[in-house]
Amino acid sequence: MWEYSDKVQEHFFNPKNAGVLDGANAVGEVGALSCGDALKLMLHIDPVTEIVLEAKFQTYGCGSSIASSSALTELVIGKTLEQARAVTNRDIADFLGGLPPEKMHCAVMGHEALQAAIANFRGEVWRPEHEEAALVCKCHGVDARAIERAIRDNGLSTVEQVGAFTMAGTGCTTCYEQIEDILLRVATEAAAASAASAAPQVAEIARPETVAAAPAPAPVAPRPGSLNLFSAAVRAASTAPAPAKPIVRPAAESSPLSPASPLPPPSAGMTNLKKIRLIEETIEDLRVYLRKDGGDCELIDVDGSNVLVSLTGACVGCQMASVTVSGIQERLMAKLGVPIRVIPVGRNAH
Amino acid sequence: MKAIYLDNNATTRTDPSVVDAMLPFFTEHFGNASSAHSFGAEVGTAVKAARQQLQQLLGATHDHEIIYTSGGTESDNAAILSALEALPDRNEIVTSKVEHPAILSLCEHLEKTGRAKVHFIGVDGSGQLDIEAYRAALSDKVAVVSLMWANNETGTIFPVEGLAELAKEHGALFHTDAVQAVGKTPISLKDSAIDMLSLSGHKLHGPKGIGALYVKKGARFKPLIRGGHQERARRGGTENVPAIIGLGKAAELALQHMAEEQGRVKELRDRLEKAVLQRVPNCIVNGDRHDRLPNTTNIAFEYVESEAILLHLNRGGVAASSGSACTSGSMEPSHVLKAMEIPEAALHGAVRFSFSRDNVSEDVDRVVEALPGIVEKLREMSPFWADAEKKTNDSKPVFA
Repeated sequence: MWEYSDKVQEHFFNPKNAGVLDGANAVGEVGALSCGDALKLMLHIDPVTEIVLEAKFQTYGCGSSIASSSALTELVIGKTLEQARAVTNRDIADFLGGLPPEKMHCAVMGHEALQAAIANFRGEVWRPEHEEAALVCKCHGVDARAIERAIRDNGLSTVEQVGAFTMAGTGCTTCYEQIEDILLRVATEAAAASAASAAPQVAEIARPETVAAAPAPAPVAPRPGSLNLFSAAVRAASTAPAPAKPIVRPAAESSPLSPASPLPPPSAGMTNLKKIRLIEETIEDLRVYLRKDGGDCELIDVDGSNVLVSLTGACVGCQMASVTVSGIQERLMAKLGVPIRVIPVGRNAH
Repeated sequence: MKAIYLDNNATTRTDPSVVDAMLPFFTEHFGNASSAHSFGAEVGTAVKAARQQLQQLLGATHDHEIIYTSGGTESDNAAILSALEALPDRNEIVTSKVEHPAILSLCEHLEKTGRAKVHFIGVDGSGQLDIEAYRAALSDKVAVVSLMWANNETGTIFPVEGLAELAKEHGALFHTDAVQAVGKTPISLKDSAIDMLSLSGHKLHGPKGIGALYVKKGARFKPLIRGGHQERARRGGTENVPAIIGLGKAAELALQHMAEEQGRVKELRDRLEKAVLQRVPNCIVNGDRHDRLPNTTNIAFEYVESEAILLHLNRGGVAASSGSACTSGSMEPSHVLKAMEIPEAALHGAVRFSFSRDNVSEDVDRVVEALPGIVEKLREMSPFWADAEKKTNDSKPVFA
């Protein structure tokens, strides 16, 4: 049931700095009884040097929220306010030797309490940044709004694509049906919107190079499973002068609903240089999402259909690393239109 | 230090004599019960004997009213989907807000996909059904009513026999998820209005992966799993013979131990409940004080979170639960306690202790010894405890 690291257990069973701090001059309170967890962080900051002299906490919550609170106090004691401000939820999780995916929000709570305490010291009012949308993917902490935005911005039409862009649904996969529902909802809304107004709407939101590559006739709303959204991008990359933007809104022409246009296999005839450039761009794109989770990915080499990458940061030792690799592979295959094998290697492999 | 298992509503230890009964059916008696030759015949006879053992436990009129399934979840799904198919001119389901996910998530899905209109009936603070709302939801549009016999989290027992009669007045089929009740509380289906009942082997010291659906003779039934003519063509697929034999044996044992369940096991539960309430301030028992399973107590500790308590208990060698194992891992508080409108301070602090005939008196002593210190330590760490109103509990259980 519990997959807590030894460090988490240590900080839960014997938390450091638990209790009330008398004379605290910076207090951050987040959470509530109704949420099932709450944290009150109390700091004693030297007003001149702005060094955190003491830190204590009171926490109501599960094992990992108590451990995260304990870790947080250990991380900030002795730091200047500016150094402390830079402590992220990932730092808290790392300090604890990792947290189970569904417990990452405990580290987030620690991070937020810290921001609140610093704001309190400065005489400011702190507001949480996170959006109050329903959490869909509990493994990667992706909420409905983020998924919706990714679908709209990138014209996604399958659960796999949503996974490649947001990581949602790539962990335990139990939110698969929920993601399908969001896809359907966005598609239905888009269909209604495009029926209401005419063609200019699509042209407006489509990236210029897509429009150039595929002079769109009538707009067709993205429908789950009915669009090959990447073909336009591939054509854009192979016909338009580089650098082409890799993420492209699907143009109407790419829909199987419109008359099929005789196209050569996308990457056939693609020069090696173009292929590598496209791979680079695709990976560059994905890095944004990996970095959000504290991970990173680097292209090491391309050897025929084998793409060698190095996963770094939080990806190292992450239980989800293989999912990430297959996500990258899927995106590359969709972009290049040929089978690709992504092989994770060490950074010094070449 | 011996580990103490107080999570018997999640699953029970398979009784050693159940295992003994099962083993020959893996090896020497490996035949297919449907086969005409002697290998099949001896197995067929054993499967029928197991069915009769289950018939005894349920107080059913006929052994063929019992259909073997893969467990409680399949039985629940089969019952609801069968009713919708068997009564095509009716498309409503009546159920409660406190059902097991096997019923709830299916009903939510049927509603979402437009295949049924579902009435989710609420409960009061003790977890008892809102009878007025139930009556109001019944109509000749209702295909099936599904209400659990006993709640897995609180042990609260619904008066299912009476509820079934109300459903009959409207011509609806009545199903009960009795997964937690079978083996813990006497059941007699002979003269009841209950059409269908789900049970699961591993909740009564039988093996996992086997269960049954009781379908009263004459009740309309459409199979969920089609295939061969097994189970009188009501559930296709070669019988899971070793598990069926194990379930039969477990049913026989459950009947023999019924008095013990209502006596010794209940006394253990009551002693734990009383001692905890005496020693730990600010806690309440969730459930119906009059109609509750003899083995279950759900105690909510204000201003502490249950997982933290469970981690400490686990380190002390005590296994308990914060609700149903099927919903743990999610961050949401229990849907059962939410439906009961348990006070906010206690909602996230509920711990379920569920006993079985395997437990002994020393198990209670260990918990009573460990728990007050754990709760005190966690409360001292809680930002809400200092300002909380301190309440001493009566020696009698304080029910929510």
